[in-house]
Amino acid sequence: MTPREQEFLDYVQSGGQVETDDWLPEDYRAKLIKFIEMHGNSELMGVLPEREWILRAPTLQRKLALTAKVQDEVGHSQLIYRVVEDLGKPREQCLDDLISGKSKFHNVFHYPTKTWGDVGVIAWLVDAAAIISQKALLKCSYAPYARIMKKICWEESFHILHGRDVILTMMLGTDEQRELVQEALDRWWGPLMQFHGNPIPREDDPMYVWRIKSQGNEEARQQFLDGYVPQIWELGLTVPDPKLRKRDDGVWEYTEPDWDELKHVVTGHGPKTAERLELRRATREENAWVRRAVLAEAA
Amino acid sequence: MIYEVFRQERKGQAFAHAGSVEAPNEEFAEAYAREQYGRRGESTALWVVPREAVHEIDDFADELQKNYHRVDGYPLKEKLGKARERAEAARAR
Amino acid sequence: MSAQKLLELADDELILGWRNSEWTGIAPLLEEDVAFSSIAQNEIGHARAWYELAARELGTTADELAFDRRPDEYRCSRLVELRLVPDWAATIARHHLYETADEKRIAALKQSDDPEIAGLAAKIDREEAYHRMHAQMWFDRLQDEPRFQAALEDLRPLLDIRDEHTPKLAELWEEMTMVRRSVAGATW
Repeated sequence: MTPREQEFLDYVQSGGQVETDDWLPEDYRAKLIKFIEMHGNSELMGVLPEREWILRAPTLQRKLALTAKVQDEVGHSQLIYRVVEDLGKPREQCLDDLISGKSKFHNVFHYPTKTWGDVGVIAWLVDAAAIISQKALLKCSYAPYARIMKKICWEESFHILHGRDVILTMMLGTDEQRELVQEALDRWWGPLMQFHGNPIPREDDPMYVWRIKSQGNEEARQQFLDGYVPQIWELGLTVPDPKLRKRDDGVWEYTEPDWDELKHVVTGHGPKTAERLELRRATREENAWVRRAVLAEAA
Repeated sequence: MIYEVFRQERKGQAFAHAGSVEAPNEEFAEAYAREQYGRRGESTALWVVPREAVHEIDDFADELQKNYHRVDGYPLKEKLGKARERAEAARAR
Repeated sequence: MSAQKLLELADDELILGWRNSEWTGIAPLLEEDVAFSSIAQNEIGHARAWYELAARELGTTADELAFDRRPDEYRCSRLVELRLVPDWAATIARHHLYETADEKRIAALKQSDDPEIAGLAAKIDREEAYHRMHAQMWFDRLQDEPRFQAALEDLRPLLDIRDEHTPKLAELWEEMTMVRRSVAGATW
């Protein structure tokens, strides 16, 4: 590390933030772009499992809430890609790389949604897992990203409440509805446990070292379990992990997640990866003419 | 074109930079800014400005200790202490 | 104004809103995706308000009117029931045609003797002002595109066809009510 890079590292590690036009070490810039781009990709891909259910929402209120939630996610991807673009990588290039499989998006968005139970579980638990990661970005050393995270976290707060409302309503409904919730939870638990990534010590995690995020992977997972397992259990739902328990020292024990599955999925081999990327590719191509018509020099 | 968006959260508050939108012209930029920064009624007003109209200045020269026009240029504690002592001594005589 | 007449309005807004919401997540531009989704949500919101008025007269609820009738009982125009995704030119053409016609309809409703109807029409009109602006903005941008002009021509006649549905409406209804029908009488 050069002296200038060391000075930068010391600066960010003591809480310093930088702006777009400040000098950034090459490694920092590259890792930052990759991280933020993956976040943007995830918001954009996260839309696809949920939007099918916009059309199937069983009441007008749920229809509005779910449409607004998905709209927020598209809005988040807009905010995030703008940040990446200001760092030097244009949005269209990000979309090229997403569609070609060159860049990645979070594991949970590679899985199918099968029932209205999934809609509730995703909004309640997947969004909860995401918000924990997102809160750890509020103090990101790269200030433009930290600033959009504030807006993102604020908007996500209703997503979780909406999810919880959907779940509670079903849990108070019929046996069939309760079964829908349990069945969805059983399917989503594995991906949820993998969501925060393998437990690399935070000192070895470049994202933490550069203070892009302020939390290690295991810390995030523990926070998720601590916040949400009690919420799950209190409804009479079960978690499909016989080893899951909270020790006396406050640490949650659980069956080791399948890290091979995680790697397999995020490298583009999830059950729905190909189909969803194809949808993105097809709609983008179909409407390339619109971008040309609109983004051409204003009349 | 990139347009910067500034939002006022409540009447009386300053407009703060909120983010940016990509749009072909002012009309689209206004529509998009309205949506991204106001669809929840979270802003009472927005300013939408083409990025090239915003000029940043971030270098300021203050080489010669210009504390004459700052509060920290007026450490009065010692002087005040002495002035009070003098006044008390004058009253005692 | 009779409940049946209100249902024309409500069904138009519901089905159009449903169709417009099909673009959420896959619109041609991210910024436009967000904007167009708000329009779709407003339309559903308007439908809900009209359903609530009609529901009082008919002794039912807005959700029941929105979901629990048979496809052939809906009173919407043929224009709104077509599935236009992924054709953006047709979508904007429909948006323009609908907003133009709806403006006249709302203006008439604002003059209604029924203060509730007139009041609701006024509120909706204020929200619709943004929709009209948006439709005009896109019209100006696309008016020289042949595919847009063709779409306008194709869709214009459908505004005046009401109560005669294509199979598209039944398809939409099947999907729309799928979850709701899956557990009879459940609360969601």
